[in-house]
Amino acid sequence: MKPVTNAGRALVGVDVGGTFTDLAYFDESSRTFRTAKVPSNRGDEAAGFITGLRQLNTICDLGAIVHGTTVGTNALLERKGARVGIITTAGFRDVLEMRRRDRPKTWGLWGDFEPVVPRHMRLEVPERTLASGTIRTPVDGDAVRVACRTLLDAGAEALALVFINAYSNPANERAALAIARDVWPNAHVTGSSEILPEIREFERTSTTTLNAYLQPVVAGYIAKLDRALAEERFTGSFHIVQSNGGVMSTTLAQRFPVRTALSGPAAGVIAAAAIGRAAGFSDIVTADLGGTSFDVSLVAGGVPALAAQTTIDFGLVVRTPMIEITTIGAGGGSIAHVDRSGLLSVGPESAGSRPGPVAYRQGNTRPTLTDANLVLGRINAQRPIGGALNELDVAAARAAIDTHVGAPLKLSPEAAADAIVRVANARMAGAIRLVSVQRGHDPTRFAALPFGGGGALHVGALIKDVGLKSAIVPRYPGITSAIGCLIADIRQDRVATVNLMLDGLDAAALDRRMCEDGRALVALVQDAGLSIDRIDVQFELDMHYVGQTHTVAAPLPVTLGATGTGIDASRIGEAFETSYARTFSRLLGGTPVRIVNLRTTAIGRRPPFDLSALAPAAVSSAAASAHGSRPVWFDGRWHETAIYDRLALAVDTVIAGPAILEQPDATTVVDPDLAARVDRLGNLIVERK
Amino acid sequence: MSADGLDPVTYSILLGRLEQIADEMDATLYRSAFNPIIAEARDACHGLYHATTGATLVQGTMGLPIFVGAMAFAVKAVIDRTAKLDDVGEGDTFIFNDPYAGGTHLNDFRLVRPLMRHGRLFAWLASVGHWLDIGGNVPGGYNPRATEIYQEGVLIPPVRLLRKGVLQQDVVDILQANTRVPRSNWGDLNGQLNALDLGERRFQALIDEYGDAVVSTTLAAASARAAALMRENISRLPDGVYSFEDYLDNDGIVDERLVIGLDLTIKGCAMTLDFSRSSPPCQGPVNIARSTAVACCYVALKHVFTDVPANAGCLDPIEFVIPEATFLGVGPPRPVAGYTETILRMIGVVFGALAKADPARATAAPFGTINALSLAGHLDNGERWVMFTFFGGGLGGSPHSDGLNHANNPISTATMPPAEILEASYPVMFTQWALRPDSAGAGQYRGGVGAIYEIEVLANSGADVALLGERGRYAPFGVAGGGPGALNEFHWDTTDGQRGTPPMASKVTGVHIAKGQRVTLETPGGGGYGDPKLRTEAAIARDLLQGLVTAAGREGQAARGRS
Repeated sequence: MKPVTNAGRALVGVDVGGTFTDLAYFDESSRTFRTAKVPSNRGDEAAGFITGLRQLNTICDLGAIVHGTTVGTNALLERKGARVGIITTAGFRDVLEMRRRDRPKTWGLWGDFEPVVPRHMRLEVPERTLASGTIRTPVDGDAVRVACRTLLDAGAEALALVFINAYSNPANERAALAIARDVWPNAHVTGSSEILPEIREFERTSTTTLNAYLQPVVAGYIAKLDRALAEERFTGSFHIVQSNGGVMSTTLAQRFPVRTALSGPAAGVIAAAAIGRAAGFSDIVTADLGGTSFDVSLVAGGVPALAAQTTIDFGLVVRTPMIEITTIGAGGGSIAHVDRSGLLSVGPESAGSRPGPVAYRQGNTRPTLTDANLVLGRINAQRPIGGALNELDVAAARAAIDTHVGAPLKLSPEAAADAIVRVANARMAGAIRLVSVQRGHDPTRFAALPFGGGGALHVGALIKDVGLKSAIVPRYPGITSAIGCLIADIRQDRVATVNLMLDGLDAAALDRRMCEDGRALVALVQDAGLSIDRIDVQFELDMHYVGQTHTVAAPLPVTLGATGTGIDASRIGEAFETSYARTFSRLLGGTPVRIVNLRTTAIGRRPPFDLSALAPAAVSSAAASAHGSRPVWFDGRWHETAIYDRLALAVDTVIAGPAILEQPDATTVVDPDLAARVDRLGNLIVERK
Repeated sequence: MSADGLDPVTYSILLGRLEQIADEMDATLYRSAFNPIIAEARDACHGLYHATTGATLVQGTMGLPIFVGAMAFAVKAVIDRTAKLDDVGEGDTFIFNDPYAGGTHLNDFRLVRPLMRHGRLFAWLASVGHWLDIGGNVPGGYNPRATEIYQEGVLIPPVRLLRKGVLQQDVVDILQANTRVPRSNWGDLNGQLNALDLGERRFQALIDEYGDAVVSTTLAAASARAAALMRENISRLPDGVYSFEDYLDNDGIVDERLVIGLDLTIKGCAMTLDFSRSSPPCQGPVNIARSTAVACCYVALKHVFTDVPANAGCLDPIEFVIPEATFLGVGPPRPVAGYTETILRMIGVVFGALAKADPARATAAPFGTINALSLAGHLDNGERWVMFTFFGGGLGGSPHSDGLNHANNPISTATMPPAEILEASYPVMFTQWALRPDSAGAGQYRGGVGAIYEIEVLANSGADVALLGERGRYAPFGVAGGGPGALNEFHWDTTDGQRGTPPMASKVTGVHIAKGQRVTLETPGGGGYGDPKLRTEAAIARDLLQGLVTAAGREGQAARGRS
C-alpha cells in the first residue's frame, strides 16, 4: 500500500480527563518534545483544549491533533446521551430491555433496569428476514416513515434502526435506512448492519442504540472543537483515538461515536506498550490507579490484548473491538471499611475526587486509600500531586483511619493505615493475576507499567505480590495517554457474520468478500490524512466445531494483494486447528467445522516515534536531586527515607530503597528491598535489590 | 490481633486469594467445556471443602447458586463412601451423580479430589457440571413421564475415576457406554479435570506461601464469622412462627396440586425451617432429596442476607425439618429430574415466610418456573434437530424498586441464547420475543414483567412439542400487600384452527404441530411489593405510557388482588 505523508509539521496529542487536560507536542523535523497540563472545564472541554494548545505552539502552525476523549464514556456512565428512538422488526421492540435474561448480581434479587430508550420510543414495522438471508416480508416503507414521524414528534434526536437477521441480509434494513435518512432532520441515524453486522440481536441492538445515544453528544463536542480550532486558523487534520487503540478521523468519529467509549484509557495502553518496547520490555501489565478504579491491561509480545465487547454497566453492552481493560473498584478515593464479620475491605465504594479523601477536607469523613498513603508518609502532604490543593490534612486522615479501621480491628493508626494499603495492594495484585496468570502467562516474564498519578505508589507491592520481574515507571506517568495519542496507529475494524461450513467452502467467494472489506478499510485509513509508513491488512476468522457456541479466533496467514488473498480451505483449516489447540489443547478430528465471522482490520502504521525525545537532557547527580528526607512507614516501623526530585535524576542513576521519588504528576515509592534505576529514556526501572 | 487470634490483614487478603482460585476453576471449565449448558449457561461450580465434614470453605463467586448450596453434601457423600478405605490420597479423584447423596439430578456430575498436605488430608476440592445426556428414556435426561429414577438415566455412586493419578479407563468406558453424546461428556469430564488440576496447583502454592496453620485458621474463622453474622441477622427478626405455603400445579403424572408448607420459627438467634406440612412423595419427577432441599434454602437465605459470606457457616444457626414422608426428602428410586420446579417454589416459600417476619427485607415471588420447552423434528435431509431452551420471567418487587423485567431464576445465573442464534441453528422463526404487558404483580413496587415468546415452525415436517413448566394454576405471590403476577400460559395452533392448551397446566408432551403453525409461551411476572395504592402517580403513568401495564390490565390486577 502506498504510504501517505503529512510530514514536517508538528503533532499534538490531547487527553482530556476529568480534572486535567494533558497535552504532548512533538515536532518531527526538529525533534522537539513539550508537554502542557491545564485544568479541564467540565461541559466546556474546548476551553481547556485551546488554552493548552496555545501554551505549546501557535495553533495554526500545527500539522495534526490527535485526541483521546472521555466525552462518550462519561455520557454512557452518567446516562447523559441523547433522546433516541428505535425502529425494529415486528415482534422485537423489547430486545434492548430484555437483554440476555441476566441479573445484576449473583446474590440478591433486588433492583430493576432502565434501558437508555424507554419502551414507548421503540417502534415496530412490518418486515422480516430469515436467518438464511431470505426475505420473508419486504419492509413496509410507509410504516417506516410513520414511525420516524412518531418518534420525532415524541422528541427523538437520534434514531437506531435494528432489523432481526440484518447481519445475514441487510437489504430490508438498508431500504428502511434510506427512507429514514430522507425523513430524519439530522445525521444522527445508525443502522445495525452498518455498525455491527454480527449475529446476536441483543449485542447488536445495544451497540447500535448506544451509538445513536452518543451521536448528538459526540458530534456536538467535535463541532465545538472544530469551531474553536477554525477560529485559531488551524488547517491540519484532527483525529480521535478509538477504543481499539487506533485513531480515526473526526468525520468517522461522528458517525461511530460508540467506538470512542474507551478512547482515553486505550491511548494510555498504546503509549505504555510503546514505552515498554523502547525500554526493552515487550511483556508488560499496565496499571492505572485513578480516583475510583484500578485498570489493568496486558501487553504480550508488545501487542495489547483486545476484547470483543465490554459491559459499561448492567445491560449496557458495547460490542466493538477494543483494548481489553480490566477494572476493579480500588482507587485512591476508595473507602476502607470493616464489615460486621471483621473483614477489612477497600472499595468498591469511593469518595472519588469530590468530595475525595478525608485529607482533602471537602466533606468526606471515611478513610480512603489516599488517606492511608498520606498517614504512612508515602505521599507528600505539602506537595499534593495534581496541584488542585495546597496542602493535605494528615491529622484528619489519621483520625478517620483510627475511628473506622484502627478501633474495630484494635490496630494503631499506622498499623491500620498499613492494613488499608496492603488490602488495596492485594486487590490490585488480584486484578493483575486475572489478566496474566489466569490467561496462562508466566508473571516472572512481565513488568508492571504504572501510569496516571497513583500507580507508582504501589509498584513495589505489585512486583512482590504477583511475582513480576520488575516495574517501569515512565518518565511522565501523568501524560501517558497524551503521548499515546502521538504514537497510535490508524486503525479500522470490520466484522461480518458469514456462517460458512469449512467442508465444501467456496473459497473464491470468501476471498472476494475479504478483498472487498479489506479495500474498503484501506480507503478509510488512507483518508485519515496522517503520515504513515505502510498499511497492513489482517484477516481473522471466528470458528468452531459445529455444536459449540463459543468460537476461537483464527488469524489467517494471508495478505491482501492485487489479485486477492490467495485463501483456500486447507489453510483455513490449519489456522483453526492451530488456534484451537492453543486454546483448548484437545482437537476433535472428524467433527465438522464452521466459519462464523470474518474479521478484517486495516492498520496504517505510523512512523516510529523516537521516545528518546523524552529522555533527561541535563546531567545531574543523585545528590543534586536529593530533596531531604521524611519518615515513611515500611514493614511495621518508621524509616527516615530519602526524597528525590525524580525528573532531575540523570541516566543510569541508581537509587536504593527506601526512597521516595517525587515529580509534579506522580510519586514513586521504592520499598526498602527494591532499587530504582534511571534508564537511557528517563524511565525508572524498579527491581529487587 | 482479633479475638480469634488472626491478623486482620492476612485474613482479608487470604480469603480474597482463596476465592479467586475458586473463580479461576469456574472460568477454566466454562472455557473448555463442550456442552453449552456449562459453556454458556454456566451450570457448574467449584470450591474447597472441609476435610472431615465436607462443609463448604470457599466457593467461586460465579458458581451456579444451587450448586453452591449442594456441594457440601456431595463432598460429604464421598467422605462417607471412602471412610472405610485406608488408601485414599494423593492422585485420587472420585466421580458420581447420585442425586440422593449429593443433591440435584442425574445430569450433574461431581468430581471430588483430596487436597493432601505432607501426606495428610487437608481439604477436598470439588467440581460439578451439568452433562448433556446420561441415558434414560429421553435425550437430555428430563423425562416428564418418569416414575422411577431408572427411567431418567444412569446413576453412578462415588467411584474412583483417578487412582494415584491414573485415569481408570473402566469407569470412563461405563460412562461413555451410557450416553447419547459420548464426545460431549468426554470433553466436559476433561474440562472438570482441568479445573481440579488448576485448583490443586493454585491452592498448594498459596498454602505453601502462607503456611498450613494460617490457612486453616483463616478458613475456620471465615466459617465462624459467617455463622456469627447469620445469627446476628436472625436475631434482628422478631421471635415467632411464620407460616407460608405455595403449590406446584402437579407432578406431570397425577393432576393434583402439591403443597410446600413451611413453618419458619425465629427464636433468638436460631431459625428452624419446618417443611413437615408438605405433600407426600409423588409419582412424577418433581421429588427432591433432602440435600437438594437444604441447598435451595441456602440459596433463598443468601438472596435475602447478602452480607453473609458464602460458606457453610451460614447454615450453622439453621435447623431443618424435612421429613422423608414429604416429597422434599425422598430416597431412591423416586424420580427427581424436574427438581428445578420444586426448589424454585421452595425458595419462594422461604421468601414468603421471611416477608412476614420482616417486610423491610422482603422480596415478592419471582416467576418461579424454568419453562423447559423443546421443539424437535427432522430436516428434509433426515437429520434430527432438537431446540431445548429455558425461558425467563419477572422477578418480585422489593422495598426499594420494581422487580427486574425478564430475568433468570434465583437458582441460576445463566443467560439466554439470542433469537438469532436459535433461528440460525433450528428451523424456527420467532414472531414475538417481547415483554408481556400486565404480567407483573401490582404493588407500591410492582413485580418485573414476564415475556411472550411466539415461535413458528419452518420445517416441512413440523415439530414435536414438549414443555415442562409450572405456575399454570398458582401465580407468583405478592408480599406486604402486593398483588400476584400473571399465570404461566402456553398454547399452540391446532389443525382445526383452534388453540391447544396443556392438559396438565404447563406440562405437555406428545403434541405435533405442522409447518407454519406456532407455539406461544407467556411467562409469569413477579409478585408485587406493598399496597398498590401507595404506588406513585409518576410510576403509574410511566407504566401506562410504556404499555407494560394497560388500563384493562389495571382493572384485572385489582380483581386478582381482591380474590
